[in-house]
Order: sequence, then structure tokens, then C-alpha cells
Amino acid sequence: MIDTAQKHDTIIVKEGVYKEHDIIITKPITIIGKKNVVIDAEAKGYVFKVLADSVTIKNISAKNVGKSYTKDFAAIYISRSNHIVIENVTLTNVFFGLLIEKSKNIRIRNNYISSKATTEAGTGNGIHLWHCSNAEIEENELHSLRDGIYFEFVKNSVVKNNHSHHNLRYGLHFMFSNNNEYLQNTFNNNGAGVAVMFSKYIKMTRNKFLKNWGTASYGLLLKEIYDAEIIHNEFSENTIAINLEGATRINYVNNTFSNNGWALKVAGACYKNIFKSNNFLNNSFDVSYNSKLNDNSFKGNYWSSYTGYDLDKNGIGDVPYRPVKLFSYIVNKTPEAIILLRSLFVDIINFSEKVTPVFTPKNLVDEAPLMQKVL
Amino acid sequence: MIKIITYCFFDLVRSRWSYVYFSFYLLLSFALLFLNNDTSKAVISLMNIITVLTPLIGTIFGVMYYYNSREFIELLLSQPIKRSHIFIGQYLGVAISLSLSLILGLGIPFLLYGVLQGSTSNFLILLTVGSFLTFIFVALAYNIALTHENKIKGFGYAILVWLLMAVIYDGVFLISLVMFQEYPLDNASLIATAFNPIDLSRILILLKLDISALLGYTGAVFKSFFGTSLGLITSLFVLVLWVVIPIFFIYRKAQRKDF
Repeated sequence: MIDTAQKHDTIIVKEGVYKEHDIIITKPITIIGKKNVVIDAEAKGYVFKVLADSVTIKNISAKNVGKSYTKDFAAIYISRSNHIVIENVTLTNVFFGLLIEKSKNIRIRNNYISSKATTEAGTGNGIHLWHCSNAEIEENELHSLRDGIYFEFVKNSVVKNNHSHHNLRYGLHFMFSNNNEYLQNTFNNNGAGVAVMFSKYIKMTRNKFLKNWGTASYGLLLKEIYDAEIIHNEFSENTIAINLEGATRINYVNNTFSNNGWALKVAGACYKNIFKSNNFLNNSFDVSYNSKLNDNSFKGNYWSSYTGYDLDKNGIGDVPYRPVKLFSYIVNKTPEAIILLRSLFVDIINFSEKVTPVFTPKNLVDEAPLMQKVL
Repeated sequence: MIKIITYCFFDLVRSRWSYVYFSFYLLLSFALLFLNNDTSKAVISLMNIITVLTPLIGTIFGVMYYYNSREFIELLLSQPIKRSHIFIGQYLGVAISLSLSLILGLGIPFLLYGVLQGSTSNFLILLTVGSFLTFIFVALAYNIALTHENKIKGFGYAILVWLLMAVIYDGVFLISLVMFQEYPLDNASLIATAFNPIDLSRILILLKLDISALLGYTGAVFKSFFGTSLGLITSLFVLVLWVVIPIFFIYRKAQRKDF
């Protein structure tokens, strides 16, 4: 049918279940499904292979993509194509959902992608972009995959209003991808919510990182990342809300960290980060450092465990707050010591370290802790 | 013996201190549960208080009660009653009445609020652990009181035992963990917790609450032990041992003591 179509034709697919696989599209066409169009690939390979510009696929369901350890089978595979639109597509039991290579100007809206991930090697990613630019990924739901959305060498793209949950590895994953933005997404119950690695100029605003909870789980994992903005995000009930490693020149403003194990875990080589107007509420550890050096600044945050006072009633506590507790320093050195969490002795040593800091970085203080929550 | 237990129990239940103790827990758990919407947070706060306070109250109350009822004990000794019955009976009377204050004080607010929210098992473990701690520390206190005629000395040792278990033990534990950090310490720390009932109870509750993910690798080792029913049974068995062994010592001391 596709063979008979002319360039820029629109194909309307009738209702029904189609047992097809490896549908190759080599000319610019629009494929729109009527109600209940299901394509079952019967685990035999790709569903669509798009090798042409200006292709649109809408209102179609596809399921049972082939699984392979040598080939990257995908429900929709797009290669070297520009101006692609994928809308209202439901992809279930996929290996890769959308696999897009060397393409520009892509719009991916309102899709639902899921799989039955059990092992990292045996599953693909929901939306996988490689060497792409100007992609818009909006209002998709992705779950039970390896990575919900994966960016490698992707530029100038926006990820907005997506819900990525219960993925084995990451909800959203950036590798070597600069100048991107993601906002208003929700990431919950993933191995780690979002991992940003080896990337520059990433904007992260108004996202929710919830319940990424497990022995090695993170809300947001930052590794070798420079010049980013992390604004107005919510981190709640993660084992580690933000893990920083080699993160430099990042502004953290107006974020809320509540009920996490660690709100911030700072490993080596993190310089010139600025933490301002954040809320730290009921975290087991607010900040943990593994060294005595500190080149990051904390100023004007609200800390729920702050016990100081405000005599002049200007809303700023008169006593500086030290977010690194002695116990978190000890736990970093000797992980087994965590067994003494919430012991009376630990409270006593934390208090004495607070009064006279010896082990924790001396200049790591919030000079102007707020008395009221930042809204 | 039952008569002595009941006498001792009703004597204590009528006393003002039991009411103070009971109403303290009642107010505390009411406040924590109703001012704080998160039950597991409330359980954690209660745990912090129980693991510190029940041993303290248990030791002090135990020592105090023994010294106060000395004349009564001497009167009983002149009667044809077995010695072990007198002392064990008194001990059980004190321990049961203290645990009852704890169970009712925590239980009533939880019945009104917590059970409906479905955190019953957390709450049950909290009560079990609290009662065990009471029994253990009252037994330790009786041992101390039986060996020391001098009240001041007795009180001093009782406080010292509490301090040792609640604070100093953890300090030594932590220092040794830091000093031997090159070695694999998971099993060592697992064994070390068994030698301190307060640590054991704290970890039992912590692992019951979903906090174990925080504990990382060590937590995984602990979870794999305590999380299984075998681990739970073993740790409860260790707590039982912590009750039985001091009682045995009370029994022996009571047989030999010269009044």
C-alpha cells in the first residue's frame, strides 16, 4: 500500500489488527489510523522503518517488537530523516520504542510507550535519540523500560510534561548532549530519576523527582556537567535526591527537597555551585561531603532542622547553619557506621560537632538561613 | 508467687508514678499521631523516645522500687514462702505494670488513629520492643539493687548501666568501626548489635520501616538477616535471652543473699 502512495499522500488505516513487521517508509507520507488500529509485529523485528523526510505517524498502536542482543529493534525506527511527527501512538511490549538517528526537527507528542523490562541488557529505551537536534518531546508516558528517554549527542531539544516511571535504569538520560531543556516532567520509581552526564548548558525546571528509592537510587544524578540551571524542582522520598560528581557552575534555586535519605551527596570535583532559596525538609542527611574542601556556596536556604533564632525579625536566622553533620562525614568514610543511625550517641556527637566543627568543612555554612519556607 | 505478683502489680498500678508514666506516653503518642500526618514519621519519633526512655525508666524504677519495698521484703522473708517466689514475683510485678503503662499509653492513641491507617505491624514491633526493653532493664536493675545494700551506690550503678547501653556502647562501636574500616565489618557489626538490647531494638524497628534502603550495602546485609523470619526469630530469641539470663541471676542472688 505504501508502495502505491505518491509523495505527500495521506494514508488512512482502517480499524483492525494487522500482523505486519518491517514496514519501510522511503517517501514523505502521512499515516493516520482510524480507531483501534493495532499492528502486531509478533516479535519478528521492527514495526516501522522511516528513511525519508517529512513523515507523520498518528493514532496507531503497535506491539510485540522483536527482541535482540545484536540488533536494535524498535517500534518506530527513524534514520537520517528531518521534519518527523509522531503523535498519539501507543507502543506496548517494545524493545526500543522510538529509535531516532541523525535526524532534525522531530516532534513526539502524546504517546504511550511501555515494555516489560526485567534486565538492563534485555530491554531497550523508550525514546532513544542519537545525533539529533531540535527535538520536542511532550506529554508522553513511558514506563517499564531501560531508560525512559535517552539522549546521546542531542542538541537544542526540549522535553516537556512527560511522565516517566518504573524504568529499570533512568527516567531520562543525557549523554554528551548540550543546550537542552527539560521541564514539568514527573519521574517516579525509577532506578534513578534523571541522569545528566558529560553535558553542558542543560536547563531543568519544575520537574518532580519522586520515590526513586532503593539501595543505589538517585533522584538526579549529575556527572561531569557544567553550567546548568536547576530551578523550581521537587525532590521527594528519594534515597539520594541529587548526587553530584564533577558538577561545576550550576545554580540550584527554589528547589524543594523533602523526606529524602540524602538531599545532596557531594563527591569530588564539584566547584562553584550555588545553592540559593531551596527548601530542605525532613531529610535524613541534608548535605554530605567526602572531603574537607568546599568551593560551593549555600546561602539563604530554608533548613527544617535549623534551630537558630531571629532576633531582628528580618526572616533570616542570626546563627549560621551547618548543613553537614559529623555523622554524615563518618558514614562517608565508613559506610557500616550507618547502622548507628538515630542512636542517642550520634545525636550527641552531631551536637558537639555543630558547636565546634573539627571534621566537617569549616566554610560550608549557610550564613543566612531562612526562618520560613520558600514558596 | 501469683499472689506476690498481683500484690506488687496492684500496688504499682495504684501509685501515682504509673499514672504519670502512662499519661506521658498517652500525651506523647496523641501529639505525635495527630499533629503529624505521617504515621511512619510518628513511629520513628516514638522509636527514638522508646529506645532511650524505657530503659532509663525501667532501671531507675526497678532500683527505686526494690529499695522502697525492702522492709516489706524482710517481712515476707519471715513467712514460709520460697525466696525465689518473693523476688521473681516482685520483679515481674514491676516489669508487667511498667509495660502495661507503655502498651496502654501507646496503644490507645494508635487504636483510635494508627491501626486504621494500616501500619499495624510497625506499631506491634514498637510495642514488643518497648516491653522487652522494660523487662530487660528492670531485671538488670534488680540485679544491681540485690548486690548493693547502699542506695546511692545502687542508683549510681543503675544509671551507669543505662548510660553504657544507650550511649557509651555506641561510641565504642563507632570508634571500632572507624578504626577497622579496612576490614569487612558487616558480620562483625551484626554480632555487635546482639550484645546491646537497645541497638538490637533500634535496628529491628529501623528495618521494619522502609528506611533500610538508606543503609546501602550494610543495610542489605542487615536486611537479608533481619528481614527474613529466621532473622526476626533469632533477634527475638536474643531479646528473650537478655530477659532470661538476668532473671536467672536474680534467682541465684536471691537464694544466697544474707539479710
